[in-house]
Amino acid sequence: MAGLMVSLAGVELKNPVIPASGTFGYGREYGELYDLNILGSFSFKGTTGEARLGNPQPRIAETEGGMLNAVGLQNPGVDAVIERELPNMARLFQGPLIANVGGFSLEEYAENCRKLDACPQVGILEVNISCPNVHAGGKNFGCDPTAAAEVTRAVKAVTSKPVFMKLTPNVTDIVEIAKACADAGADGICLINTLLGMRIDLKTKRPLLANRTGGLSGPAVFPVALRMVWDVYEAVRLPIIGCGGISSAEDVCEMMMAGASAVEIGAANLRDPYACKTIVENLPAVCRRLGVENICDLTGVAHR
Amino acid sequence: MKQSLFTMEHARQLTEDTYELVLSGDTSAITAPGQFVNIQLPGKFLRRPISICNWTDSALLLLVRVVGEGTKELVRSVPGEELDVLSGLGNGFDLSLSGEHPILLGGGIGIAPLYGLAKRMVDAGVSPTVALGFRTGKDAFYLEEFAALGCRLLVASEDGSLGIRGFVTDLAANVPECDYAFVCGPTPMLKAVHNLSQLTGGQFSFEARMGCGFGACMGCTVPTRDGYKRVCKDGPILCKEEIVWQD
Repeated sequence: MAGLMVSLAGVELKNPVIPASGTFGYGREYGELYDLNILGSFSFKGTTGEARLGNPQPRIAETEGGMLNAVGLQNPGVDAVIERELPNMARLFQGPLIANVGGFSLEEYAENCRKLDACPQVGILEVNISCPNVHAGGKNFGCDPTAAAEVTRAVKAVTSKPVFMKLTPNVTDIVEIAKACADAGADGICLINTLLGMRIDLKTKRPLLANRTGGLSGPAVFPVALRMVWDVYEAVRLPIIGCGGISSAEDVCEMMMAGASAVEIGAANLRDPYACKTIVENLPAVCRRLGVENICDLTGVAHR
Repeated sequence: MKQSLFTMEHARQLTEDTYELVLSGDTSAITAPGQFVNIQLPGKFLRRPISICNWTDSALLLLVRVVGEGTKELVRSVPGEELDVLSGLGNGFDLSLSGEHPILLGGGIGIAPLYGLAKRMVDAGVSPTVALGFRTGKDAFYLEEFAALGCRLLVASEDGSLGIRGFVTDLAANVPECDYAFVCGPTPMLKAVHNLSQLTGGQFSFEARMGCGFGACMGCTVPTRDGYKRVCKDGPILCKEEIVWQD
């Protein structure tokens, strides 16, 4: 039996499979279908300081090999998440959770992270400086190395748990942003968030999404994410959570070969609510086929 | 919610763009009329949410209007073909709130869930008035099926080629004793029905572009007087008093 255990900045996960933030809510819907404890972790819905409804309808559009979403960080706000959602998540999942944190200012990022850092269930803070669907929000921080470094420093100053910065692919050079986060003290990098895209409704001749643009995810983005993980792995000596278009155990291994220590799986959950469970169950056989005893040995193997 | 394979039994064309599909499979997750299924189709990333018209222990009846590539693909499914289906999604209609004189108001393909609802009402000893609206007589379907249930059936078409000329709201105005509505149809129709002064209450079925269809992605959230609700999970049925209209 292949060893599936991986480590992310000192946090041990029983396997590298992590449902991505925004596709798994607070686990409730999936917890009705399967025991979430088979997962390595899960990254719960992005948390901001105040409650947010998010963007107007429609927020979802289909694309070839994927989908666009413009949800816009709908969440009840950090205090409600801690008070209401974390206790419920404790019943569903006993391992370390990943808290995805959004924000609109350095102070908000720091304050949200400080509050979530104090929650014993949270193992890792994942700082979202990459949401393409909120205006004047996280993406602006993730598009500029100086701003990305500032958020990293602000969060690191008030937290003790590993801080992973979640990066946007909608930049000229993602490596530069990753390096800035690393130099500012980040404990890891998560990439990629969704790619900015849009669709136009032929009948109405108007953008299909009320927000006009949305984030592209799904199998279509996998090679883009893989290439970016590869580049960041070459440049930064930090653990990487690879994310983008993964939909099979083979994709997990490929992403790890590019340099990821663990992976996040997003859109695949929306198409198939059992996607993460199936992937976890298939991983040992795929590892065996690849002749790998411990899956962590796959990380970065393609660079050698 | 349950994920399982359903087998296409038969597809029957009802109008130019509307089909009746019968699938066999495990329907145990379906608990109320007004719920929907979410169907995976070859070559499409997202599933297609389709309202449940009726069901038995082992069969699912769907009425599908072809609106795009996905629904076109769905109605082309041949007998014996297997489809990956999430069943029993959404809250469904609450029959216990129907009052003495319920009226079921359906527009176009929106009549689909009202059939299963009407059947269950009749089985429960309630006799609903059913008011159906279509663009033209050529677009009408399922009139015989509704009539066979034995409930009072009123029909309208926009061009007057079938029933009265007008809308379901005009039909409702002719039966002022009906004060509680179950409604499914296009948004302008839902709004018009919502404005009917004769209604003391009602349940309205909403449509949305959905990501997952089971409450995880927040893709279909709308504001209501009772807080934010996911059309797929907290809906698709919303009560009259909680609805907030957006432009």
